[in-house]
Amino acid sequence: MVKLSVTVASLKLKNPVMTASGTFGYGEEYAEYIDLNRLGALVVKGLSITPREGNPTPRIVETPAGMLNAIGLQNIGVRAFIKDKLPFLRQFDTPVIANFFGDTVDEYVRAAGELSAAEGVHALEMNISCPNKQEGWIMFGTDPKRMDHVVTEVRKTTNLPLVVKLSPNVTDIGCMAKAAEEAGADALSVMNTITGMVVDIRQRKPVLANNTGGLSGPAIRPIAVRMVWETCRAVSIPVIGMGGIMTARDALEFLIAGARAVAVGTANFINPAAAVEIIEGTEKFLIEENISDINCIIGSLKLNPLNERQPNHNADY
Amino acid sequence: MYKFFAAEIIGNTSQNTCFKLLTLRPLSEIFVPQPGQFYMIQTGTACDPLLKRPFSIYSIHENRLSFLYRIRGKGTSSLSQLREGDRLQVIGPLGNSYPEPDGDFIAVAGGIGIASLFAFMSKYRRRAYLFYGAMNKDELVMLDVVRELSKETFISTIDGSDGRKGLITDELRDFLDQAILARRPAQVYACGPVPMLRALAEIARSNSLSCYSSLEEHMACGIGACLGCMVKTVAGQQRVCKEGPVFNVEDLIW
Repeated sequence: MVKLSVTVASLKLKNPVMTASGTFGYGEEYAEYIDLNRLGALVVKGLSITPREGNPTPRIVETPAGMLNAIGLQNIGVRAFIKDKLPFLRQFDTPVIANFFGDTVDEYVRAAGELSAAEGVHALEMNISCPNKQEGWIMFGTDPKRMDHVVTEVRKTTNLPLVVKLSPNVTDIGCMAKAAEEAGADALSVMNTITGMVVDIRQRKPVLANNTGGLSGPAIRPIAVRMVWETCRAVSIPVIGMGGIMTARDALEFLIAGARAVAVGTANFINPAAAVEIIEGTEKFLIEENISDINCIIGSLKLNPLNERQPNHNADY
Repeated sequence: MYKFFAAEIIGNTSQNTCFKLLTLRPLSEIFVPQPGQFYMIQTGTACDPLLKRPFSIYSIHENRLSFLYRIRGKGTSSLSQLREGDRLQVIGPLGNSYPEPDGDFIAVAGGIGIASLFAFMSKYRRRAYLFYGAMNKDELVMLDVVRELSKETFISTIDGSDGRKGLITDELRDFLDQAILARRPAQVYACGPVPMLRALAEIARSNSLSCYSSLEEHMACGIGACLGCMVKTVAGQQRVCKEGPVFNVEDLIW
């Protein structure tokens, strides 16, 4: 028997594979395809204190080995989630992590407060890749001071494990990670989507109605692996790695680079059973490698000494 | 019964220069689709194209699923290269279906919109007054078969290379103005480009007909999770993949 369980902050997960926010609806959409009990944790679509309509369409465009989305954080709101969606999720033996966001510090605090009081929410994940409406629409997550402020305020509101989901659209993710840790985050999710644009050359305009969107999928995976590695070196709190994970092989890259757990995102759209297949594939890999505990592989990365030629064994690319 | 399954290609044949018919043999027990429903189908073998593409069911025969498609973008180009024996991942049947007609009905197809109406007309044989429009005669597919399935067929092309020259909605308008029928159809079923569906909604309203349109939208998942395919309705925003693809046009805000 291989031990797959990991601990993220005070959350005990039966395996390290979670779903990424925004790619798994409120869980119910996937219940007819997989047994939700199999998941390490289930992260629901981002919630705000009041419902959001989101952006006009087109909201999605495919890109080489990826997709660009500008859904615009459409959601039913914290209260409707607690009333209509949470009872369904309570029947599963899988921790529910509620992703949330706000336009202002106050909205973050109110959303966190109501979610913390709800039965069946096991942890909070804070999306800080949102503009601050009160302070010139500058992203909370790209400025260490603004991030420190909003995370500190939310920390005071909740006793649940608090995960901060970092934006990759920064120069130094290690610096942002440290700011989140010092403000009281219990864990970090790395990373959110990378801002991108696709242009329709005939119309001479962006394809997405919102002009720009967030890039996800295998195209961003090497960037995500690098950012997870950098984050793990900068902080001592656990890191949840995500960005273009399609297979167990991909998930293992993140775990080896230091992630305590991983989240599967865009892959859910293409293969509703992706997360379960990744759990099974990870277990199979550990058996093949004769490793009895997943924790032995986490952070097992052996860096090459610089300026030294290395044999290339890589058959995966 | 599985809604997510592997299938083997047993046919991927050209109908003419722009259309192909894909036939799949599911490798597990599947649910029986209803006309109007769709499947998300893998179109390539690597990560590019990454996303599955939605295709309306064209026909189901002896557990073989067929899809009529037009080679248009990256996904359908990639799909058109696949051969017999290749295996694909498929999700479906997805979405709602066309409501049951009451007696004879009107079917309006624009271009590749014929695919989903073909399945519907096959179920209710010789009950459709079919209005089938396309850009030119090369984009009218399966004409012999659809004539056979419908009660009466009206054709139009934008360039006049077959049938009446102009829009199919003009043909329908004239039909409704002139036709003397023992029992006038009460329902219109349509699939085609948005400008056609909008014009049709107007015609249906002024003639007191119920009109059900199958909408097309870009979608990443097809199962209600990505929220890429939203449409505005009187009941708020709805997902084309889940609450649709068939909508009563009266409910649409467009």
